[in-house]
Amino acid sequence: MVLGLRIDPSIVPSPLIGKPAPLISLPRLDMPDKSFSSVDLRGQIWLLNVWASWCVSCVAEHSLLMKFLRDDVPIVGLNYKDMTGDALDWLAKYGDPYYTSLADADGSIGLDWGVYGVPETFLIDQQGIVQYKHIGPLSRADIDNTILPRVRELQGEKTQ
Amino acid sequence: MILSRLKISLRYIRLLCLWVLICGVITPAATLELVEFDREEQTNRYNALIDELRCLVCQNQSLADSNADLAKDMRAVVIDMIRNNHDDEVIIRFMTERYGDFVRYRPLLDSRTALLWFMPFILILLIFIWLPAFIRSHRAVPLSAAERQQAARLLQE
Repeated sequence: MVLGLRIDPSIVPSPLIGKPAPLISLPRLDMPDKSFSSVDLRGQIWLLNVWASWCVSCVAEHSLLMKFLRDDVPIVGLNYKDMTGDALDWLAKYGDPYYTSLADADGSIGLDWGVYGVPETFLIDQQGIVQYKHIGPLSRADIDNTILPRVRELQGEKTQ
Repeated sequence: MILSRLKISLRYIRLLCLWVLICGVITPAATLELVEFDREEQTNRYNALIDELRCLVCQNQSLADSNADLAKDMRAVVIDMIRNNHDDEVIIRFMTERYGDFVRYRPLLDSRTALLWFMPFILILLIFIWLPAFIRSHRAVPLSAAERQQAARLLQE
């Protein structure tokens, strides 16, 4: 019980870990007539970051994402249940770390990914398998101690 | 005259109780969006399913009780799947594939959750069977006559 008390009960483990990432095929936020498909990122490790202009804790996480920017790990933004105008304004204000941002206006893609709180971040490997899910805003420690080591692990596995 | 007054107030009390009862029944349903199905069987299935699925945002509420946005989205999926004639199991599996077993409001009974399910009965057994026996075995044994005399002597010192 003592061990149980240390677990945050509001964090729901994702059943997607170890499974193929649900397909995303959505219009790009900045170019609605162009669409992006998650299949395009096969062969690459990438992050899916669920965000929204109405999400307060996304602001804190965002500056970390801007600093995290790396060529080898693109971050795809899933703009969740948001208005395009608000979303684009928000990116203009806080910066755009995203390889591309996608408009999930009705949240149906979010539902496929088991999103229940914003922000959430997923790590997907080169084979398109979901390797890790982070619920809530990312902290410096989360990136340094969890995400980056996993990325290095996955990169190491590939070159073997 | 008092009797007739009593009869009237009784009638009002009965009406009041009926009113409270009705409000108690319709109020929970009133917070949800109105849904209409073609068949009554679909309505029954819907009401049963939204009681069985958990709102991931307000995690101690079922989809039937929650006003959260996500709950509304999840209910919409359930409605859609019922209208498309999917089985209950298929609908529940759809949700557990995305949100995990936690989305079941009532946990499945399997080897992991057996302890959760049976703990109340185990505790009842413990309290009503084991505990009295435990207390009885530790009860003080009355002193024999010889021991009593010895104690009296020691106390007088």
